[in-house]
Amino acid sequence: MLKITDLVKRYDTGQPVLKNLNLEIKGESVVSIIGSSGAGKSTLLRCINRLVEPSSGQIQLNGTDLTSLNRSQLRKARHKIGMVFQSFNLIDRLTVMENVQSGRLGSLPTWRAIARKYPKEDIRRAYELMDRVGIAHYADKRADELSGGERQRVGVVRALMQEPEILLADEPTASLDPKTSEQIMGLLRDLSREFALPVLINIHNVTEAKEYTDRIVGMRYGRIIFDALPSDLDKDAMDSIYSGTPAADRGADVQQSTVSGDVGAVAT
Amino acid sequence: MSMEIFPEQWARFTPRQRILRYTFFLLSAVILYWSVTSIDVIWEWVWDSPRQMGDLFSRMVPPDTRNLSSILMVLWETVNIATLATAIAVLISLPVAYMAAQNTTPNKATLWIGRFILVSSRSINTIIWALLFVAIFGPGIIAGIVAIMFRSIGFVGKLLGEAIEEIDHKPVEALEATGASRFKVIMYAIVPQVMPTFWAVSILRWDINLRESTVLGLVGAGGIGVMLQGAIDTFNWQEVATILLAIIVLVIVGEVISAWLRRKIL
Repeated sequence: MLKITDLVKRYDTGQPVLKNLNLEIKGESVVSIIGSSGAGKSTLLRCINRLVEPSSGQIQLNGTDLTSLNRSQLRKARHKIGMVFQSFNLIDRLTVMENVQSGRLGSLPTWRAIARKYPKEDIRRAYELMDRVGIAHYADKRADELSGGERQRVGVVRALMQEPEILLADEPTASLDPKTSEQIMGLLRDLSREFALPVLINIHNVTEAKEYTDRIVGMRYGRIIFDALPSDLDKDAMDSIYSGTPAADRGADVQQSTVSGDVGAVAT
Repeated sequence: MSMEIFPEQWARFTPRQRILRYTFFLLSAVILYWSVTSIDVIWEWVWDSPRQMGDLFSRMVPPDTRNLSSILMVLWETVNIATLATAIAVLISLPVAYMAAQNTTPNKATLWIGRFILVSSRSINTIIWALLFVAIFGPGIIAGIVAIMFRSIGFVGKLLGEAIEEIDHKPVEALEATGASRFKVIMYAIVPQVMPTFWAVSILRWDINLRESTVLGLVGAGGIGVMLQGAIDTFNWQEVATILLAIIVLVIVGEVISAWLRRKIL
């Protein structure tokens, strides 16, 4: 279970990007986070594995408070949190197998990592997962030889190699064409069921969010203003999530007008 | 329309700018005149130089090949100086580049140490390093290797450091998110991205070192230069010609090999 309590993220100057945010995700559900650019979706996701350092608040994953961990404890915790990225973030010049195995770096002895001497069970698991998502025959290809959809599958397998307790996906389909995008969303949903894995997806495509996820969280300028079943996302809810300007929202929070537009710049 | 409000004259510069420009030209001429007159040229020797060139050329022809086998031996030694020095320098420059790159250096102190090593290595010419190491190790091949090595560390380290600074940060972020240690992130996300530059720079530096190692002997640091110096000192111009030709062949062969390597690896 992921439990976020009173999470605040404030960059050096000005407005907080996340404002006292609370969110709870139980079980193996697929949750999508929607909201306009600059709403803080990316920041929220990155606060969970502390790629972005939260300013205050608590984030608990299955009983561990992630915000209070030191460097080496954080590395162990990150090993249990898979992440998938908008631009896949693969290492282009390495093979698919090396990319996939890099998901195990957190627990792999250094000499094995350098010598590419991966343990037998890791290789077996890698082939199983690659086969599951349909890229097993690419194991020896270089990552930059693959198409977008195939690259994202490598990204997903890399995350699953971590045997994660939760999967974070930061706009996993935003760089893909519509058809591939649907395939990846379907894959994420199916994998969530197969591995009993909670999945948290940032997404701009509301249609896909409604079709492929169990719950939709709507964010607007650092706050959660909608949290319900996809069927409850009606026009009014959509309007309140996507209408308005950042300036208006800020004006309502704090009487300070020195910052304009930077929230979007840092949050996306 | 109102043509009369436009001026009939047009000039690119205002009078003030024009005066400044002419002053600048005049000043340049004065400085040029001053530097030419102050360097104490013996003009008779300058005018005499074409005749001297012809004379020297006639003394060099035909090249004397009696010593060819020992020249080739020493040339091989020269190649070894360049290759060994490049290999060692490339290894040493790896941690230096890591320290001198802003996005990988552990802290401010290491950044400045890295930069200091690069700058001091680069700002001192190989020949001056060689003079220094001849004084330390005595004349010979060791001084040459160490001299070339010291100069190369800065060159390779600087270019490699810049390559590290220009990598795509996204894979780094992804591997940090898997809980990988700093060292493993470097090995998996940074090293593969820097590899092409690493090979290109190493080959280029080997190419440069091959040429530099031919002059090291002039200060006693081993290699073909020692022989060249000896031949010049004994006015053995025909052997000088052979050595010069041998150097030219060596440089061309080096050029061909490095071009081939570049194509092969990159």
